Amino acid sequence: MFEGLMQNLVFGILMGALYGLAAVGLSLVFGVTKFLNVSHGELLMLGGYASFWLFTLWQVDPFVSLPAAIVFLLVVGAIFYKLLFGRMVRLTEGEKIQKTLLVGFGLSLILQNLAIHFWTADTRSITTWYSGAVFAFAGVRFPLVRVASMVIAFIAVVALQWFLQRTYTGKALRATVENWEAATLVGIDVQHVYFLSFVIGAALAGVAGALVSVGYSIEPTMGMSWTLKSLIVMVLGGLGSITGTFVGGIILGLTESATGFFLSLTYKEVVGLVLFILILIFKPQGLFGTQGR
Amino acid sequence: MLRVENINAFYGDLQALWDVSFQVNEGELVALVGPNGAGKTTTLRVISGLLRQASGHVFFRGRDLSKEAPHRIVELGISQVLEGGKVFTEMTVLENLELGAFIAEARKVKDESLKWVYQIFPRLEERKSQRAGTLSGGERQMLAIGRALMSKPKLLMLDEPSFGLAPILVQQMFEMIKEINRQGVTVLLIEQNVRAALELTHRAYVIENGRIVGEGTGEQLLSFESIRSAYLGDGNV
Repeated sequence: MFEGLMQNLVFGILMGALYGLAAVGLSLVFGVTKFLNVSHGELLMLGGYASFWLFTLWQVDPFVSLPAAIVFLLVVGAIFYKLLFGRMVRLTEGEKIQKTLLVGFGLSLILQNLAIHFWTADTRSITTWYSGAVFAFAGVRFPLVRVASMVIAFIAVVALQWFLQRTYTGKALRATVENWEAATLVGIDVQHVYFLSFVIGAALAGVAGALVSVGYSIEPTMGMSWTLKSLIVMVLGGLGSITGTFVGGIILGLTESATGFFLSLTYKEVVGLVLFILILIFKPQGLFGTQGR
Repeated sequence: MLRVENINAFYGDLQALWDVSFQVNEGELVALVGPNGAGKTTTLRVISGLLRQASGHVFFRGRDLSKEAPHRIVELGISQVLEGGKVFTEMTVLENLELGAFIAEARKVKDESLKWVYQIFPRLEERKSQRAGTLSGGERQMLAIGRALMSKPKLLMLDEPSFGLAPILVQQMFEMIKEINRQGVTVLLIEQNVRAALELTHRAYVIENGRIVGEGTGEQLLSFESIRSAYLGDGNV
């Protein structure tokens, strides 16, 4: 019983790290641009397929091809921004959220269907020679690939945090979040900052997707569920705190696996939404948020 | 140095500025005074590029700013301080000042500028590692002005620097502004505190309902009957 629970919780944490990574991307974009990009999950799906095809066609190791997935999503993000989202930067905050929701939904449907058309609706995953590797500690099994994924997710979040805290460009992002007019008046090109945050968000989705394709599985319709989870985690962790959002992801992962263990796997998806509603009622600024919302 | 010519500007369908023209010469300390809602802030927003005029031109050192992006206008040497300061509350005082030197030219001389700002506002040095959100209203205003100075502006535009300050602080604030001007920065100041502004500045323009209705030296304007009765509260009622 106890070992079974521990095992479940470990799986929950490992999964939650990826929820956290996906949510950090969504939260960064929302924080800076006030775009609620509901096609974030589809960007993640594209990252997964990038990694999958590189492995399947050319046997490129998924961990080695991570930079390629990042570059791919940077380009995809840049294209979507220039064609679609970038047109909405001058709207008011409320209009931005509404219109980007519509555009995002449209985009996510298009991307899903294109993926089904070109790659079939099959569930895919990457199986490398080390995919089955597991190490055990105190009777609990740790799948090597998923542990490595969690470490990479953590490194990505720390790197982002460093970028935001220590570099001039990162500070420009934070300044824009606080007050875009004041940011403009110190000479920051806020249009460029919006663009930058959007493509960084896309790249983070790409990393998350690539990691999902190796530790778990991917399919064309996976995006909506990932967007939803990212949204839950973003609200749970609270805006304005990158590490808080990451921890929020792990909390969601833990909650899901505990629910699966104590109740039934059927309720796994529901519990996240319940968590979402509870947070909105009792702590709308999120667990670690710095901005009231 | 700054020449504003026949500006008409709108918020949506509402015309906020009507044919506004004025100029600021190099080294001057000029005020734009007038009641709340007269168009003072709007005028600054047009100059700094935050709001685009429907017609008219702004020339800065001979250059037409109409097509320049707002961050470019900062690079050209105009720095605006928003009403209430609008410092980055989540960052430290030092981080705020460093961001003030965001543009490439200013970044090169960041350390020098920092010394300069600390010399004008010693209080900021004492508080440099404090989060800006913990500062008092007066300190925030100092930080906002300090941040604007970090970009090494040729023209500093101040939006109601006395807003919300205790009377004794207002006096100090105006002394500091005078000092900044004495050190070679041209200043365009907008104020509701008309008497104090007119006493401080070389020249002033009076703006009402989006139109410039008067101009002159501070002394001249102080003696105008209409100004006295409208703003200084000692005219015949």
